[in-house]
Amino acid sequence: MILSLSKDTVQVLKEQDVVFLKNRVKEVAVKIKMGLVNQTRLLTAASELVRNMMRYANGGVCQIEIVSSGRNNGVRLIFSDKGPGIPDIDAAMRDGFSTGKSLGLGLPGTKRLVNEFDIKSKVGEGTTVTIIKWANG
Amino acid sequence: MSLKTHQLLQKKKKNILELWMKNQLADEGLREDLISNDELRSQSEELVDALVSNLSSENFTDLNSDEWSPVIEILGGIAITRARQGFSPRETGNFVFSLKEALLEVLQEEIVDEPQHLFSESLKINRLMDNLSVVTFETFIKGREEVILRQTDEIAEISTPVIRVWDGILALPIIGTLDSARTQIVMENLLQEIVETGSSIAILDISGVPAVDSLVAQHLIKTVSATRLMGAECIISGIRPEIAQTVVHLGIDLSNIITKATLASALSHSFKLMKLEVRKSNTTAKF
Amino acid sequence: MDKIPILRLGNFLLVTIQVDLYDRLALNLEADLVQMVNKTNARGVLIDISAVTIVDSFMGRIIGNIASMSKILDAETVVVGMQPAVAITLIELGLPLKGVHTALDMERGMSLLKSMIDIDDEDIDQESTDDDIITQ
Repeated sequence: MILSLSKDTVQVLKEQDVVFLKNRVKEVAVKIKMGLVNQTRLLTAASELVRNMMRYANGGVCQIEIVSSGRNNGVRLIFSDKGPGIPDIDAAMRDGFSTGKSLGLGLPGTKRLVNEFDIKSKVGEGTTVTIIKWANG
Repeated sequence: MSLKTHQLLQKKKKNILELWMKNQLADEGLREDLISNDELRSQSEELVDALVSNLSSENFTDLNSDEWSPVIEILGGIAITRARQGFSPRETGNFVFSLKEALLEVLQEEIVDEPQHLFSESLKINRLMDNLSVVTFETFIKGREEVILRQTDEIAEISTPVIRVWDGILALPIIGTLDSARTQIVMENLLQEIVETGSSIAILDISGVPAVDSLVAQHLIKTVSATRLMGAECIISGIRPEIAQTVVHLGIDLSNIITKATLASALSHSFKLMKLEVRKSNTTAKF
Repeated sequence: MDKIPILRLGNFLLVTIQVDLYDRLALNLEADLVQMVNKTNARGVLIDISAVTIVDSFMGRIIGNIASMSKILDAETVVVGMQPAVAITLIELGLPLKGVHTALDMERGMSLLKSMIDIDDEDIDQESTDDDIITQ
């Protein structure tokens, strides 16, 4: 059972917002005493997802939550946009797949960096990606 | 029927406590070595107080209602302390069960003429106390788990020593199974030590790892790759023949990794990489 | 416009990245650095990322690009000072930075560059001595 302890929403529309978002995520991670390596994983994952949001959907919203399950605390990030959506999620989750000009590591790589990863997308309506990183795990 | 059950119990609070204490002290499993009678008494008193004063006719069977949270808190506190003090589950269980006995006994004495009513009220008390014992057990086990988890952390911490075998050469002997949690710790410790000592070569000795499957191999490859990204070289040593066999049978590609059979040969390879020579000294010993 | 300073030291170019790169800054660095390699005929590029706490796939790609582009212009690239957490994250992300040389610190990076270039330089020395003979 995952409980949400605090919630905060950040709008991401311009490049400056990205920096602000990363700082907010870092603050929250430090607050729950997440180790340095896990902090780096979480921030890198956030960086990947926010870039996707900027590139494909011209921005969106990120909800930052502190969550807890048993004795473990963690950070949950929910990125939602109203972009074009992803027609084939399975393909997007494969290493090396990209529609844009990139290495195609974004989504599968991000999944490897976090503990929980969930993606929902509807063509023409938008995409929501939810990730959780536990403080120790 | 003059009084509601909860009012009745509130009135009889003293009796309940006395009966319960009597039950507890008479129990063979009483652990005077772990808890003094006075302490037990104050614990019991606190719980009976909270229990009785929070009883009302509506919340009898609903443990989720807010009025129960102080009771659950006290009970949880007691269960956790007992888990840490080393009480057995049976002893902890009896603590709650003997309270139930006391409650039922008092009820029996008070409601004499109405068997039907006595029965239904007893059932309610039963259900309530059963719920409370479940809570107690849950917390008790959680307390024990915490002890175990803390020990696991400690073991993980002490079982991955990083040794400086030479100026610029680190060795990390891994003993025991290498799972992903352990790999994390091994990798983090190793890389951190590389930065701190400025060592350019790290030797990962796996003589103490019982088996290498594809997952373990993946962990090893990951560690080597990360070391290289930082600009250091990583050698894996202590590969037993059985491990070489399984690695090849599983089709794991270790060709990009420097592997050595023993720590000694890994060390001499490191010397070569660092352009160092170890020689017998020329001066002949005088006998 | 934001820029990361590029220093020239003999045959080498030095870049110290002191802030976390955002996309525009990284793209500028890529363009500037390649221009500089061409203009100065540099033989080696040293990029110090010891102060960088996050390298995501985009930044990783920029670093890889710089290395490949410099290589085409006959310069080697060495990335120095990568933090442990960054190295672990890059590997898990699936980005082992193939083709990029790495070293623990500036000093070792410098000697690595020198050793790589020395090998190539042997023929150059040969050529220059030949040239000398001709001019004599």
